[in-house]
Amino acid sequence: MTEITHHSQVWSHRTPRTRLFMWVGWLALVALFVWCWQVMTRDTIWFFVADAPRQAADIASRMVPPRWSYLGELWRPLWDTINIATLGTIGGVVMAVPVAFLAARNTTPSARFLRPLALFVIVASRSINSLIWALLLVAIIGPGLLAGIVAIALRSIGFVGKLLYEAIEETDQSQIEAIEATGASPAQVLNYGIVPQIMPAFWGITVFRWDINIRESTILGLVGAGGIGLKLQASLNVLAWSQVTVILLLILATVVVSEWVSARMRHAII
Amino acid sequence: MTPSAYPTTWRRPPQIIRDRRWRLAVRLGIVVYLALAISTVEVNWARVYEGLDRGWNFVLGFLRPDFSSRWNDIAQGLTESLTMTLTSTVVGVAISVPIGIGAARNLAPRPVYYLCRGIIAVSRALQEVIVAIFLVAMFGFGPFAGFLTLSFATIGFLSKLLAEDIEDIDAGQVEAIRSTGASWAQVINYAVQPQVMPRLTGLSLYRLDINFRESAVIGIVGAGGIGATLNTAIDRYEYDSAGAILLIIIAIVMVAEYGSSHLRKYLQ
Repeated sequence: MTEITHHSQVWSHRTPRTRLFMWVGWLALVALFVWCWQVMTRDTIWFFVADAPRQAADIASRMVPPRWSYLGELWRPLWDTINIATLGTIGGVVMAVPVAFLAARNTTPSARFLRPLALFVIVASRSINSLIWALLLVAIIGPGLLAGIVAIALRSIGFVGKLLYEAIEETDQSQIEAIEATGASPAQVLNYGIVPQIMPAFWGITVFRWDINIRESTILGLVGAGGIGLKLQASLNVLAWSQVTVILLLILATVVVSEWVSARMRHAII
Repeated sequence: MTPSAYPTTWRRPPQIIRDRRWRLAVRLGIVVYLALAISTVEVNWARVYEGLDRGWNFVLGFLRPDFSSRWNDIAQGLTESLTMTLTSTVVGVAISVPIGIGAARNLAPRPVYYLCRGIIAVSRALQEVIVAIFLVAMFGFGPFAGFLTLSFATIGFLSKLLAEDIEDIDAGQVEAIRSTGASWAQVINYAVQPQVMPRLTGLSLYRLDINFRESAVIGIVGAGGIGATLNTAIDRYEYDSAGAILLIIIAIVMVAEYGSSHLRKYLQ
């Protein structure tokens, strides 16, 4: 019986070669981080940074006590905010459904031309935040609720479209075949074969997006697109921090309630 | 008995709300809400009509983007955005790992668990833009405030998902390592870390992607980056420059999305 002695007695997870590669990788990441940090902070005024705790204490002292009497002025903007989110979601969903059917591999009429176009619409809508859409739309159609609604709708197309087309691609082929075997027209296949399968996903996605839209529509007013964000912007401009506290608490409460509603509804649907 | 008495068409029965009266009530409620909501939206149609011209100009600007005339501003905004994205993701991940471990019910004692869950809840409840407003007020304009905002937002996102992932790990492996007499730190290192590492890397890459998108937004409230450049371009009604910036953002987001999804597939 020979004893194996040339092996290391300490177990290690990786070979020396992999460890070297990993070490070089981490070093590269650290170097990149340091370089980025230096580029980023080139123009930073460190005096302001050092001053931040004092500023924070100052703002905090102005924020309390909250000016509760301001709450009375906020109900109308809150109603507007909820309308922006709801009408925007409806608009977005109405536009997203055809896009999703064009983008799904199994329902698209032309995989060569229409599918890439639909995918580009989805990516473009998803990569631009609703605040940027709102900024553009306020410049184009003027400040107000309509800009907010359209911004939310345009932003929702990508989100709803992407999740919906994935749901359409995951539908059970045998059910569609069964409907086709009865001699159904393409429209009937869509109505009886595909739509019932994606309906729960559709409602789930819509309610989820509505919840996100409530969140996003609270700040759209910062660029002039109506809702409670307008009041936030107005209060920030006059440095009325005690009003800012009230607005932020109201936004927080709205977001929590909408999240609860959406969780309950999704639970009921799925 | 004639065969025509038998119905030849079939209607799908209602799926979600089965009671007919409830269905009616829900429909009525939706109609009333929509009527109320639409009636309170005041639209200045004259202004909208005037704006169509500008909208068309913007579409033209999008089709004929002008990269050159504001290139210096765009380049600076992009540099700020990209550096901000990377540094904030690295710092955010570095902070979220301990918080994520602390927020995992199977690893942390109760007080630490509640503390870490509290931090996560605060970070998730506050929106990036609102955090950015406060941080700009405290730290002054520029990418440093943006960096802090994105790091803060990263903590909530990553720690929550990491904690959930740690809670889902295979307990058998943890028990095996523990039965060799390993300390708590060794359990983390040899039993937990190998199980969650692929997902943590994937999530970090995903967050990198999100942070870049968000960096384009928080610039609007003064936190530096490409958003500030975009805001200036739109304020000056330079739609060709704005179109160029938006195209750059879309291109980078697309590259980041495809790149990170490929990298994640390779890592997992």
